[in-house]
Amino acid sequence: MIRVVLPAHLRTLARVDGEVKVAVEGPVTLRAVLDALEAGYPMLRGTIRDHVTLQRRPFLRFFACEQDLSLEPPDTPLPDAVVAGAEPFLVVGAMAGG
Amino acid sequence: MSRVRVLVGTRKGAFVLTSDGKRDRWDVSGPHFGGWEIYHLKGSPADPNRLYASQSSGWFGQVIQRSNDGGKTWESAGNKFVYDGPTGTHLWYDGTPHPWGFARVWHLEPSLSDPDTVYAGVEDAALFRTTDGGQSWQELPGLRNHASASSWQPGAGGMCLHTILLDPSQPGRMFIAISAAGAFRSDDAGKTWRPVNRGLKSEGIPDPTAEVGHCVHRIAMHRSRPGVLFMQKHWDVMRSDDAGESWREVSGNLPTDFGFPIDVHAHEPETIYVVPIKSDSEHYPPEGKLRVYRSRTGGNEWEALTKGLPQSHCYVNVLRDAMSVDTLDPCGVYFGTTGGQVYASADAGDTWAPIVRDLPAVVSVEVQTLP
Repeated sequence: MIRVVLPAHLRTLARVDGEVKVAVEGPVTLRAVLDALEAGYPMLRGTIRDHVTLQRRPFLRFFACEQDLSLEPPDTPLPDAVVAGAEPFLVVGAMAGG
Repeated sequence: MSRVRVLVGTRKGAFVLTSDGKRDRWDVSGPHFGGWEIYHLKGSPADPNRLYASQSSGWFGQVIQRSNDGGKTWESAGNKFVYDGPTGTHLWYDGTPHPWGFARVWHLEPSLSDPDTVYAGVEDAALFRTTDGGQSWQELPGLRNHASASSWQPGAGGMCLHTILLDPSQPGRMFIAISAAGAFRSDDAGKTWRPVNRGLKSEGIPDPTAEVGHCVHRIAMHRSRPGVLFMQKHWDVMRSDDAGESWREVSGNLPTDFGFPIDVHAHEPETIYVVPIKSDSEHYPPEGKLRVYRSRTGGNEWEALTKGLPQSHCYVNVLRDAMSVDTLDPCGVYFGTTGGQVYASADAGDTWAPIVRDLPAVVSVEVQTLP
């Protein structure tokens, strides 16, 4: 299972506390994790990626194992520690705004 | 005994205010969706416990929420708003072409007869509709594909479709308004549209017969007389007696005719309310006095309503969707401010009292009168 940490507002929207765990079949890539996340929590569709283009929303970033993966291609494999469940995949909201 | 439910959208969440018919003691529920901008909430006339809310955020985009129990519990609905077909361009602030792009839902207007059908006015301006209770949304593209659309420009708040009026006497007739394109009417349930802006005169538009380009802030109608429309334009309060075919100014003795909301008394179709604001660069009441103005003559002759409203050092604004009326007798009038107050009058505006004083900036106020 892949561990995913969501920003507080998306945890509220998805009605979850703490980390989310999603199952990914096949290669564990950025795209595959987000697909699995949205399949398990349909209310998150459109809030992390654009519905149509699937591009990351501008004020969100993706991190794992202290690496910024935000600008990586969607088929980028996630680090082994994420695949093994030792480290979470982080969806982080920009610390900006009021 | 009748009850009243006031639905308040703010910059940081939604609030539901309820009272019995006396309207002097209120229960406050919220914030719902704390931290999110709630541009608008509205209940279905056909099922008052069915509510819809537009929830949005600069980080996370658009969410639609739905309640089946009058706002006690909510569930997220569909949030996929995709324009139908090529989007083309409108004009940007500097007059250059700018690609159409979805930003948020400004206004939700439930059908008069079907709780599962709702119209959504969005930025960049377009009209969407759901017929399955908000699970899916389809654009009615005839509006955005109007021949004038490439010349539409945004107002300061964005190019928003902020007003949707459904004509109760003629199914298929509806009015919408866009800042800063103007008012449009459809007589075929949103399939085709035409501008209805004749008589509007706007500073900066040299052509007095300009078909579009007017910064309409709000339109209101009385259900019993849907051919009569009242408009708060950027500047000027206007009236149409022929379903928008022509407009005439009824600003009369208002201290300033700039403002955002306008609404009509529930039982007196010639009694209307506005909140004059000093100017478009000073979004606060003139002289620091928060005054609702009422006309009992359908415009031109206005009286200031001040009892219970701050008459010194008040520099709040009242946004376009932030005024509403109930249908009790006497008619209740409600409005919210950017300072977080929601004021109510249970006597048609003669006296006012705050229901709440310290909410986040209020974006919208809708009222439901319940049995």
